[in-house]
Amino acid sequence: MTISIDPQKTNNESLQPKGWLRYFSFSLDHKVIGIQYLVCGFLFYLIGGTLASAIRIELASPMSDFMPRDVYNQVLTLHGTIMIFLWIVPVVNGAFGNYLIPFYVGARDMAFPRLNAVAFWLIPPSGLMLVASYFVEGAAQAGWTAYPPLSITTPQSGQIIWIMSVLLLGGSSIFGGINFIATIIKLRRPGLKLMQLPMYCWAMLGTSILVVLSTPVLAGTLILLSFDIIANTGFFNPVLGGNVVVYQHLFWFYSHPAVYIMVLPAFGLVSEILPVHARKPLFGYTTMVFSIMGIVVLGLVVWAHHMFTSGTPPWMRLFFTIATAFIAVPTGIKFFNWVATLWGGKISINSAMLFSCGFIINFVFGGITGVALAQVPFDIHVHDTYFVVAHFHYIVYGGTVFIIFSSIYHWFPKVTGKMLNEKLGILHFIITFIGFNLCFAPQHWLGLNGMPRRVAEYDPQFQFVNQISSLGALLMAISTIPFLINIFLSMRNGQVSGDNPWKALTPEWLTSSPPPVENWEGEAPLVEEPYGYGKQFSEQK
Amino acid sequence: MLNKNIYLILIISLVFAISFWIGFNVNLLPIEASINAPIYDELFKILFIIGLIIFIGMTIAVIYSLFKFRKRNDQIGDGIALEGNLSLEILWTIIPSIIVLLIGLYSYNIYDRMGGMKELNHNHEMMRSNPEKIWAGISQTSDNEISNNNLSIEVSAMQFAFLFNYPKGNFISGELHVPVDQKVSMKMESKDVIHAFWVPEFRIKQDIIPGQPTILNFTPTKVGKYPIICAELCGPYHGGMRASIIVEEESDYNDWFNKNKKTEVNL
Repeated sequence: MTISIDPQKTNNESLQPKGWLRYFSFSLDHKVIGIQYLVCGFLFYLIGGTLASAIRIELASPMSDFMPRDVYNQVLTLHGTIMIFLWIVPVVNGAFGNYLIPFYVGARDMAFPRLNAVAFWLIPPSGLMLVASYFVEGAAQAGWTAYPPLSITTPQSGQIIWIMSVLLLGGSSIFGGINFIATIIKLRRPGLKLMQLPMYCWAMLGTSILVVLSTPVLAGTLILLSFDIIANTGFFNPVLGGNVVVYQHLFWFYSHPAVYIMVLPAFGLVSEILPVHARKPLFGYTTMVFSIMGIVVLGLVVWAHHMFTSGTPPWMRLFFTIATAFIAVPTGIKFFNWVATLWGGKISINSAMLFSCGFIINFVFGGITGVALAQVPFDIHVHDTYFVVAHFHYIVYGGTVFIIFSSIYHWFPKVTGKMLNEKLGILHFIITFIGFNLCFAPQHWLGLNGMPRRVAEYDPQFQFVNQISSLGALLMAISTIPFLINIFLSMRNGQVSGDNPWKALTPEWLTSSPPPVENWEGEAPLVEEPYGYGKQFSEQK
Repeated sequence: MLNKNIYLILIISLVFAISFWIGFNVNLLPIEASINAPIYDELFKILFIIGLIIFIGMTIAVIYSLFKFRKRNDQIGDGIALEGNLSLEILWTIIPSIIVLLIGLYSYNIYDRMGGMKELNHNHEMMRSNPEKIWAGISQTSDNEISNNNLSIEVSAMQFAFLFNYPKGNFISGELHVPVDQKVSMKMESKDVIHAFWVPEFRIKQDIIPGQPTILNFTPTKVGKYPIICAELCGPYHGGMRASIIVEEESDYNDWFNKNKKTEVNL
C-alpha cells in the first residue's frame, strides 16, 4: 500500500490564516495541530488543577466542610477524567507526536492530515461536554473508573454525558494512534531505516499499538455501561444478573495500558532531551527500543492487579503479580540507560535538563512503589488508599507532567523562534519539585496507616499530614505563575533563538525556527545518527 | 583507578547501610493486631529496603552526574561518544530480573503463609449443593470449615454502614466484637454497590461485591478497638462509612455475646 499526500491540497499556505489566528483554524498542518493539542490540553490542565486545589482545600481539615460530599465526589471524578483524557494523553501523544513525528520520519505532514485534524477537533467539544456535565442535574460522581453499580445507581444524566465525552475522546485517541502508526511505518523518508529513527518515534509506535488495541475495549465497555443506565439492560447491573467484576476486567484492560499510553511518550521525549543537553549519544539505543516493545507486550497482560481485592482466583493473582513486577525490568533498563547518557557528558544545567532529571528521580520512586503494589499481599493492604494516589501521581505527574514541562522548555525555541527565560524556568522547576514531593510523598504514609482514597472526611489523626500535602498542592499551583509569565513574556520579548540554539542533531532542528509550512524548503534531510554527539560538534571546538 | 573503586565500594556500602538502617528502624505501619500483620510486615520491610537502595542509588547517580559532568563556562565540545556497552546492558537487565523474580517468589510465599493460595470450595460435593458463587478473599476457606472451626459472622454492607450478623446468637450488631486469638470467618454481602472491608491494623482488605458474596478469614492477636474502613468509593458518605472491631478477651466476648444473643432484630 502506498500512502501519498498532496501538499497543495493539504497545506496550501495561501489558504491558511496567518500568525496566531492559524491556531484557531481547521488547519491540516501537523505543527499547528500539535500546538492546538498543547494549548487546549494546558487549558484543561488549569481546570483540572483548580479542581485538585479544591480537593486539597477540602482535605486540609478532617470534616467535610468546604463542599458538600456529593459535590466532592463530582469534583474528584471530573479532576481525574480531565487530567487523564484531556491533559496528559492528548499532550504527550497528540501535541508532541503531531509536532515531532513528521520531522523525525522526514515527512511533510502526517499520513492522514484530515483524520489528524478531526482527531484534534473532537477534543474541545468533548472536553466542554465533560465540563458541562458538572452543571447538569446529577453530575457524574463515581470516580474516573465509573465502577458499576455506583455509576448506574447515582444520578444518571451527568454520568451519561460523562460516558459520551470519554467515548469521543477515545475515538480521538484511536484516530491519532492509527495515524501515527501509518506515518511512522509508511511515510519514512527513503533511506531512513527503522533503527535510525529517534527514540520518540519508537515510543509513539509502541504507544499507538497500545491505543489501537486497548481503547476500543474501553469504548465497548462504556457503551455497555450506557445501555445499563439508559435501557435498563443487565450487563453489569447485579440486580439484573450482571457481573460488576467483568466491568473491572474490561475497564482495566484499557486503563492499565493507559498508564503506558501516558508514560511511554514521556520516555521517548526524555530520550530526545537528555542527549542534547548532556552532549552525549543516547546510551543503549537498541536495548531502549526492545524495552519499549517489552513494555507494550507486558502492559497488555497486567490489568488484573487492579483487582486483587475484588475476589480474583489465586492463580490469577500469582500470574498478574509476576507480570506486573516484570515491567520493572524494561523500565529499569531505560532508567539505567538515561543515567549512563548523563555519565561523562558535558551537561548544561537548564530548565529542560532539570525537569528531565526531576522526572528520573520521581519516576524511580513511583516505579519502586509500583513493584511493591504488584505484590498481592502488599496490594491487599494499600489498595484503594492514599498510597495508590501517591504512587499514581508519582508516575503520572512526577513522570509525565515533568516531561511535558521539560519538553516545552526544550522545543519552545523551535516553535516560536524565541528562547524562554532560564531564571524563571529554574524557579518554576524548584517550586514544582518541592511542591510535588511535599504534596504526594506524605500520602504514602496516609495510605499505609488507614486513609482510604476518594473521601471528603477522614480520621482527625491524619490532619497534620494532610495539611502538609495541601501545602505542597498550593506550591504546585503557585509554580504555574512563573511558567505562564515566562511563556507570555518570552513570546513577546524573548531572545531570538536562531534555528538550532541547542546544536541538536535530530531533524526538526535542521530547519528554520519556526519551521515553514511543509517543514523544509527543499528535500527533507536524511539524519542517520540523530544522537551522534561527540562526533560532529566536538570537531568544531 | 584503585582509589575510584574504593570510593565506589564505600558509597555502595553506605547506601546499603543507610537503607538497611532505615528499613529496620523506621516503622511506617500501624500496630500489628492479627496473625497476618507480622507476616505482611516482613514483606514490607524487604520491599522497603530494596526500594531504598535503588532510589538512593539512582538519586545519587543523577545528582552526582549533574555536578560532576556539568558543562563549565570554558567548555565548548561534546561529551564522549559512547553509544552503549553490551555487557553492562546485559548486567543491568539480568540483575533486576533476578531481583524481581526473587521478590515475586518471596511475596508468593508470604501470600501462601497468609492463606491466600488455599483453594476455594475444594469440596466438589459442596460446590454442587451450593450454586451460589462465592469469591475468594485472602485466607479463604470453604463453608464447611467456616461452620466447623471458626467464629462465623455474616457481614452486610450497604450505603453507608456495616451490619454484623451473629447467626449462632441470632442477633445483628453495628459493632464487630471478636475474641482475641480465635479464627474468625466472615461471609460478606453487599446490598447495593461495591464496598470494601479494611482493617489497617490487620493488613487485610476484601471487596464486598453485590451479587457475589466474598469470604474473609482473620485471627486477631491484640485486644483493642480498631477501625473498619470502607475502601471502595460507594457514594457521597463513603468517607463516613466506618465501623469498629472490638477485639476482647474470650470472657469479655462471651459476656457481650450472651447479653445480645436473645435480642430479636427484624430487618
